[in-house]
Amino acid sequence: MRPAVLALGLLVAAAQGSGYQRIPAGEYHSVLKYEDLKGNRAVTAFELNTQPVTNGEFLKFVKLHREWQRGRALPLYAEPNGYLSHWQTPASLGSEVSAQQPVTRVSWFAATAYCEAQGARLPTWSEWEYVAAADETHRDARQESAWREQILAWYAQSAGAGLGVVGRRAPNVYGIHDLHGLVWEWTEDYSAMLVSADNRSQSEADRARFCGAGALAVDDRENYPVMMRVALLSSLRGADSTSSLGFRCARSLK
Amino acid sequence: MKSVSRSSYSALWLCGLLTAASMLLAAQPPLPGDSVLQLPGVFVDQASRRFTLASRRGQPQLISMFYANCQSVCPLLIETSTAVMNALEPVQRSRLRVLLVSLDPKRDTPAALAEVVTAHRLDRTRWTLARTDPAVVRRLAAVLDIRYRQLEGGEFNHTSVLILLDGQGRMLARTERLGAKPDAQFVAAIRGAMQQGE
Repeated sequence: MRPAVLALGLLVAAAQGSGYQRIPAGEYHSVLKYEDLKGNRAVTAFELNTQPVTNGEFLKFVKLHREWQRGRALPLYAEPNGYLSHWQTPASLGSEVSAQQPVTRVSWFAATAYCEAQGARLPTWSEWEYVAAADETHRDARQESAWREQILAWYAQSAGAGLGVVGRRAPNVYGIHDLHGLVWEWTEDYSAMLVSADNRSQSEADRARFCGAGALAVDDRENYPVMMRVALLSSLRGADSTSSLGFRCARSLK
Repeated sequence: MKSVSRSSYSALWLCGLLTAASMLLAAQPPLPGDSVLQLPGVFVDQASRRFTLASRRGQPQLISMFYANCQSVCPLLIETSTAVMNALEPVQRSRLRVLLVSLDPKRDTPAALAEVVTAHRLDRTRWTLARTDPAVVRRLAAVLDIRYRQLEGGEFNHTSVLILLDGQGRMLARTERLGAKPDAQFVAAIRGAMQQGE
């Protein structure tokens, strides 16, 4: 009896994994400061995966779309040495990898293809940051020191232990799980982050690098959880993948 | 009645032409896995001609992304490309093509692109200024590692870089040094690539 209940529970969890939650429209103060964008950032209502995409879900995808299997994916879209390299074979996870863990070692192109196959897309940075500002009870918990400390503690834990499974922690006020503490996530517009070495004294070389004004600066240097993501996303190429970077999908409302 | 038969005749003729074209394409070996030219999508140039990136295989070429109403760095991008070409021997220069893809497909119509070609007196046989769909713009930028963001005023903030592709579309070299004095290493890379193809 018990194993059956457990199996049912896993099935339910797997079904929830690909679920979406409607996120209401709103405004928030972005940690990213741009010369051309003053004041709060507006986000229109959209839908977001309640959990990061898991190994199990991504496995289903590559079985249907074989061109995204390790060894088949074009090097142009997925750096061959890293892409899904933790799976035992191109079409099986093996015993070391759980179907309930978030998928990592996926490139931006692969993540984009996955979401498109679900009739979805990757969330924009603004959408991600807006939802990730919440804790269990507040839409914007970023000034709560407890919130920051908890997130930093999660990072400290996960560095040693293996990657956890999705959906274990309480959802935030929007009903979204695991925006912090498990993996970092691709955004559709990751390549819009133009971080130069030092924005305060932009050198001639930097000015020449970017056409027009408006390179990125940071408004809240104390917000480490978000800053770490910005640093990561701004350093990646679309074909790159890392062991701590996954994704979830979003949908615009019709 | 007559016009119907004529159009069906021309459709047949077009069909034959397409078959011949696809046979020609089929005769070519597949592009290497890291070739930028594999990126699907329909592009439209300054003369409203449609093309795919795969159709541009053959000779080495320079590629970058820009937008037409840019006042500062984008003219510099064109100036840099010209300076790089001028540093080559005339024979090599005559064979090096440049593809600039717009980051601003909304405003950069073929007519807007043609204006840039005219304003900078660009050689139409070698310079292609093109637009494509927003989704293809994002993918091409990701492939080329060009970072960009549209500003509130409609301008774009973007990486200004010239990239050298070999005849198969592989990225051989890139330079972010803009200006009238070309990057010597980059020019050397172009010379090497052109010699390979000879």
